[in-house]
Amino acid sequence: MKYFYYPGCSLEGTAKEYHISTTSLMKALGAELIEIESWSCCGASAAESVSDLLSYVLPARNLAIAEKMSAETSETLDILVPCSACYLNLKKVTEDIKTNLQLLDTINTVLKEDNLELKNKLQVRHLLDILVNDMDINFFKTEVKHFFEDFSVAPYYGCQCLRPYHVFDNPEKPKSMEPLILATGATIHTWEMGPKCCGASHMSTKPEVGQTLVGNILKSARGADMIITVCPMCQMNLEAFQKKISQACNESFNMTILYLPQFMGMAMGLSEKDIRLDLNLSITKKFKTKYLTMTSKPVMLMTASA
Amino acid sequence: MNTTTTKNPLAQVKEMVQSCIQCGTCTASCPNAFAMDHTPRKLWRMVQADNADAVFKSKTFILCSSCYYCTLRCPRGLPLTRAMGLLTQMAQVQNPEPFKQSHRFYQEFIQSVRRHGRVNEIEFMSLFFLSMKNPILPFKYASLGIKLLQKKKVSIPNPNIWKKDQNGLEKIFNKVRELEEQS
Repeated sequence: MKYFYYPGCSLEGTAKEYHISTTSLMKALGAELIEIESWSCCGASAAESVSDLLSYVLPARNLAIAEKMSAETSETLDILVPCSACYLNLKKVTEDIKTNLQLLDTINTVLKEDNLELKNKLQVRHLLDILVNDMDINFFKTEVKHFFEDFSVAPYYGCQCLRPYHVFDNPEKPKSMEPLILATGATIHTWEMGPKCCGASHMSTKPEVGQTLVGNILKSARGADMIITVCPMCQMNLEAFQKKISQACNESFNMTILYLPQFMGMAMGLSEKDIRLDLNLSITKKFKTKYLTMTSKPVMLMTASA
Repeated sequence: MNTTTTKNPLAQVKEMVQSCIQCGTCTASCPNAFAMDHTPRKLWRMVQADNADAVFKSKTFILCSSCYYCTLRCPRGLPLTRAMGLLTQMAQVQNPEPFKQSHRFYQEFIQSVRRHGRVNEIEFMSLFFLSMKNPILPFKYASLGIKLLQKKKVSIPNPNIWKKDQNGLEKIFNKVRELEEQS
């Protein structure tokens, strides 16, 4: 397994632990990641509201650099993207230019200024897609050192890795994370909130709306030991505002929120510097104690019930 | 884009939602509909009826969080999330005052990308606060900012990466503007 890697801006700042745990996990799984050289911002949600063309050109620049790297090495690699918003921005370009050749032409007129050209030769893929479809689940099972047997995990997918492009999972009833969770010995928390919206930037711009949406998710996660995410925006919304939301909803939310590669890395026994749980904003005392008790048990050869 | 756009600001969006049958699947699927002044279904009707004033006074499109449920489920296959995005973009021109804050926010964000290639949160948030000239605004973001700073979760631009490529990105931004002024 070998991929071009587009981390995106969040993974250099607010989602550092997502970057660290993704690269560590992929390495432990035997995959090689080649970071796209001098990659730039995908435009996030800002480019669309400033200029339509810019919202295509900014992601396209990164795709064109990856194509250039691919041509130089004669290797056609998929582009791995852990952030769902970056994934969608990049993916949107590759989808839209398939049918809109005039758009491709305009994009290339702009990219020419940077001596780049987009030919649409590479696939953009979300981290979850790659873990589900490229990773050998049996290999992962043999690598699991710590069995999360008494843990219940709520898989949270969010929106943009599922919709609008129907790629690797059911956009209404996603299940792709379940085999990965079961392989660690944990059970799946049954809930309907997996594909529901966290409100994205509402949490800062329209807090009362964002808090309602996240409050519903946290409420529905009651009984689980943790929520697992695959997007920096979802992660931030679920972990950073639990106190405020508790006050607003008259509840008391205290839930552990982890990135999927952190969780898988923990199960594989990767070191603290590889998963950086210290950077998460919400890891409960109860969870820490339970996890420490689990990891202090002697490692035994067990077969996961999955 | 074309001459009809300048005459009717809603023309482009109207074309997108022309075949809307008013079934309301979008409204029923929208996680933010509870907070909107007009439901998405009603907004499309207003667009179809060229009621630009009412459309740009509405808060409906800025409450879209791009979850793509409506786009996924629309029985007519209409690009509704994209239509909401376009309305947000246009509203900043048509009815700037209520959208001043989000407009400044996005402008400073993009300017930060233009300078560094990537988002530099500290710089862009500082410039955003300065441009809003509102001394209370920074406090709204303070508690999260402090949490992130304590964990050193803010990006620091790497000048070594950007020295060689900055010019290329600058040329890209200039070309985009040039093409947009032509159209």
